[in-house]
Amino acid sequence: MTLKARVIPCLDVKDGRVVKGVSFVDLIDAGDPVESAKAYDAAGADELCFLDITASSDNRDTIFDVVARTADHCFMPLTVGGGVRSIADIRKLLLAGADKVSINSAAVKNPDFVAEAADKFGNQCIVVSIDSKKVSKPGEEDRWEIFTHGGRQATGIDAVEFAEKMVARGAGELLLTSMDRDGQKSGYDIALTRTIADRVSVPVIASGGVGNLDHMVEGIRDGHATAVLAASIFHFGTYSVGEAKRYMAEHGIPMRLD
Amino acid sequence: MRVAIIDYGSGNLRSATKAFERAVREAGLDAEIELTDKADSVATADRIVLPGVGAYADCRAGLDAVDGMQQAIEEVVDRHGRPFLGICVGMQLMSSRGLEKKTTNGFGWIKGDVIEMTPDDPSLKIPQIGWNTLTLARPHPLFEGIPTGLGGLHAYFVHSYHLAAEHADDLVATTDYGGPVTAFVANGNRAGSQFHPEKSQTLGLALISNFLRWKP
Repeated sequence: MTLKARVIPCLDVKDGRVVKGVSFVDLIDAGDPVESAKAYDAAGADELCFLDITASSDNRDTIFDVVARTADHCFMPLTVGGGVRSIADIRKLLLAGADKVSINSAAVKNPDFVAEAADKFGNQCIVVSIDSKKVSKPGEEDRWEIFTHGGRQATGIDAVEFAEKMVARGAGELLLTSMDRDGQKSGYDIALTRTIADRVSVPVIASGGVGNLDHMVEGIRDGHATAVLAASIFHFGTYSVGEAKRYMAEHGIPMRLD
Repeated sequence: MRVAIIDYGSGNLRSATKAFERAVREAGLDAEIELTDKADSVATADRIVLPGVGAYADCRAGLDAVDGMQQAIEEVVDRHGRPFLGICVGMQLMSSRGLEKKTTNGFGWIKGDVIEMTPDDPSLKIPQIGWNTLTLARPHPLFEGIPTGLGGLHAYFVHSYHLAAEHADDLVATTDYGGPVTAFVANGNRAGSQFHPEKSQTLGLALISNFLRWKP
């Protein structure tokens, strides 16, 4: 087995600038996405993820320019998500230089959109991004539900069933974010990650809650994810991507260190 | 030297173009990289690159929809013997047939079908997404100076299908994903990469430079 676990820095981008929210509020402007992308490329990131959280429709096109300028400078795989609602959105992102596109609310609203996108562009470039929260009470069997609108709106949809449905529709990868953990730095929701990773045939990216490098090891080793996503710990320089990868390798996880 | 990257509405053409431009700069070569959807331009190019992302049948249909492109590729690659590099589905199209979703004929340059990967370890995920090392089946000029093997450089893969080459001679490199998976094929002036050189950083840029210098 020589396929390596991936470390994926994620940049939240709003109006063409990088921000990072703590549990999706209190955004702090922290720079130019293209400069950050170049730094992560040089640091050995295995992929890069942009999440466009631009709210105003007037500024929706800023992400295409960010993606295009990033693709001009970086030769690392790039996933772009946020506000992807149509086949035309996907095509524009791919043409700008994205390798994969992640679909979030549009997949909840219309699961057939995922099937249509996968048919058109291939399963391998369609990532379904699943935001969920634990809804079971202490003592009950674990149960997670899909939340939309940055974690504010419950949908009543079971996260595990939804994950399986998305894979059946053609999702090539799942980006699994625990909204309970996001920004808390207490580690990924390992039970959630492992439950879904063991249930689906496609790769799962663990997201939400990384506070230290052990959390990244746990995401792969215990959560059975094939990739770990992190934002603030890299973004504010708590750890470098290189440090994270070396640490994971020292803890027995196959990593790309070249 | 003029390198034509074929634009037929498939894939991440901007990345491929930028990676080739960077390889030209870093290697100090005198080459023009042209992204083109014109058959004439392909027919007269010095080197040809065929990218491809998506399903085999869709890519084939996309290519067929470009007026005269198939004939142009045959002319420049088969008759003029110009170096050709297929990437991902662009490589898979070099096969006899693709069996993804439905059976579709390829160029027939590399005998064999493009089939679904079936890793012997059921915990391995499909698609294979990520970085893997290569094992050379035989030396090839495109891998000159590139460290391969378990301690070698990594290549970036995103795929669910691979080309099961019938002739061992056509196989240049494999990667291990629950058994050997075809990573690189070549036959004469035609080479094809299942992984993405344009996304494979050090290994990718070295391979592109080798392709630009290749004299098959």
